[in-house]
Amino acid sequence: MSFFTDANLARAREIVARYPSPKSAILPLAHLAQDQHGWLSPEAMEQIAELTGVTPAQVFGTCSFYTMFKLRPCGRLVVSVCTNVSCLVTGGPEILDHLERRYALDPDVTVEEVECIAACGGAPAMQVNYEFHERLTPELAEDVVDAYKRGALAPRTVSGARAGGAA
Amino acid sequence: MSVEERRIVTRRLHERPEDSWTIDGALASGAYRVWREVLRTGDPAAVQEQVRLSGLRGRGGAGFPTAQKWSFLPEGRYPRYLVVNGDEGEPSTFKDRMLVERDPHQLVEGIAIASYAIGCNLAFVYLRGEFALGYERLTQAIADARSHGFLGRDVLGSGFDLDVVVHRGAGAYICGEETALIESLEGERGMPRIRPPFPAVEGLYAKPTVVNNVETLSTLPHIVEMGGEEYAKLGVNRSTGTRIFSVSGHVKRPGNYEVELGVTFRDLVFGLAGGIRDDRAVKFFIPGGASSQWLTGSDEHLDAPLDMDFVQQTYGVMLGSGAVMVFDDTTDPLLVAWRLAKFFAHESCGKCTPCREGTGWIEKVLYRMAHGMGRPEDLDLLFDVGDNISPGVVNAPFTQTTICPLGPSVVSSIASLHRYFRDEVQARVGVSA
Ligand SMILES: Cc1cc2nc3c(=O)[nH]c(=O)nc-3n(C[C@H](O)[C@H](O)[C@H](O)COP(=O)(O)O)c2cc1C
Ligand code: SF4
Ligand code: FES
Repeated sequence: MSFFTDANLARAREIVARYPSPKSAILPLAHLAQDQHGWLSPEAMEQIAELTGVTPAQVFGTCSFYTMFKLRPCGRLVVSVCTNVSCLVTGGPEILDHLERRYALDPDVTVEEVECIAACGGAPAMQVNYEFHERLTPELAEDVVDAYKRGALAPRTVSGARAGGAA
Repeated sequence: MSVEERRIVTRRLHERPEDSWTIDGALASGAYRVWREVLRTGDPAAVQEQVRLSGLRGRGGAGFPTAQKWSFLPEGRYPRYLVVNGDEGEPSTFKDRMLVERDPHQLVEGIAIASYAIGCNLAFVYLRGEFALGYERLTQAIADARSHGFLGRDVLGSGFDLDVVVHRGAGAYICGEETALIESLEGERGMPRIRPPFPAVEGLYAKPTVVNNVETLSTLPHIVEMGGEEYAKLGVNRSTGTRIFSVSGHVKRPGNYEVELGVTFRDLVFGLAGGIRDDRAVKFFIPGGASSQWLTGSDEHLDAPLDMDFVQQTYGVMLGSGAVMVFDDTTDPLLVAWRLAKFFAHESCGKCTPCREGTGWIEKVLYRMAHGMGRPEDLDLLFDVGDNISPGVVNAPFTQTTICPLGPSVVSSIASLHRYFRDEVQARVGVSA
């Protein structure tokens, strides 16, 4: 059973071929898997191992190092709120607190605290599926998340690809 | 305070806000002209010489002379790789994201010129995983450059081949460190390597490798166009040219400002960034990213020139990644120090014990100090833990017991608290001055 769809399998092979060593494709393939499936499942890691010529344990060993890879199912919207210092002093923690409470019981939404996302010029800032949103207040941040929930804003995948876009 | 920006690397993105990232917009404002000329002239050594004359120093943090770094590549050993550092994770730095999102063709042109100069036919851009829009624009830019013949086989009939692969990271600050970046690019956990061997000798796939920052490479077309000597007339002393400074925190107009090196922090903070919100005073600022030691709102510090060597030698701080975080007089320095320690504790890769354990300890102690639970002995305790990571502490981050400078970076805040806010900190933990 292939984890990747036919289209993604072809894409995966093309990604592996970009590198002098197939193992280099582990990160891009893990992103591709998340684009397809919404998180990085054991089945995905098994096929990534096969495609890159390593063991599934090695894929897990690599991927578990990186915060963008979700090793358990998560919401279809990943809301990443920055609380590093430029956001700390402009209201980031208040936004995080508000969104964590507001969406605590919402299976669609996973709220996470993240380090500086290089949007400090528009602090406080957050990303929703890696789309930037800046100059927020708790209310504005909630409006943004709700706009995605309603479909008024079209979300990227949980690895940040535009729907149908390439990894 | 009538300083103005000196826009070289940020010129196109300001002049063409509507389409600077597209191939048409970029070509209309002169993209790839220099690349064409470099190939026509056909002399890699001449490019290296212009870069040497320019005095260009890396914009990624360490400020190492670019031409000198290239010269470490061992002669005659191929393939060799150029790896572009677009991981930009240093807190409060946001210039590389802007350059990738808004002028990817300038970066591609810089990559092409550098690759030609050092004899590389396959370059990699390690782009921070969170930069989804940047990834789209850069991959599109590379595809468009290829279809216009600026990349690929036999570029513009010169016989030179060049391909560029964009590789997304996945959320790990340490992958900005060049050897961790190489590990990550090879499909491993991003853990720094012990040097030597240095990447120039044994880097990606154990081949000679140059790692350069996005802004460094984006500057190259301009250096070649102006000529190294002309470029070197800009700036001050060994800090030549312009740099982009990311100014954030309590300023009225946070943002990226490209200035000639040698202007002052005051020019940046009060001139370009509009001063402090509610017209308050500066309590302190962090001049070079989270890893740097701090400076205060004193006239002496605000009037210090943006000169990499001067601020290093005079105040022990660095211009680093060009991030200037500004804090007004309502700010609790302990809270800032704690949050930075939390960052380093979270991002420690865990390979060295003093960093893995020490960053966590320091975070816990600073947390209680910042939240009204500090103890009289806490400042000494911080020094003790800090001393295990960076012996001497106040000299941090220039001594280390660790493989990479991440661990010692956590000590910068402690040294700064000690130097500038000792009485305030002691009062908070119940020690009278
Ligand atoms: C912990 C750590 C993080 C770093 N992060 C970055 C980064 O995000 N971007 C960058 O260009 N350099 C970063 N550097 C510096 C790189 O190791 C390297 O010096 C730089 O990319 C070289 O490019 P340059 O010579 O053009 O500056 C980091 C260094 C350390 C120790
Ligand atoms: S100093 Fe810290 S981040 Fe650097 S290699 Fe050691 S454990 Fe890893
Ligand atoms: S500190 Fe929040 S985006 Fe940089």
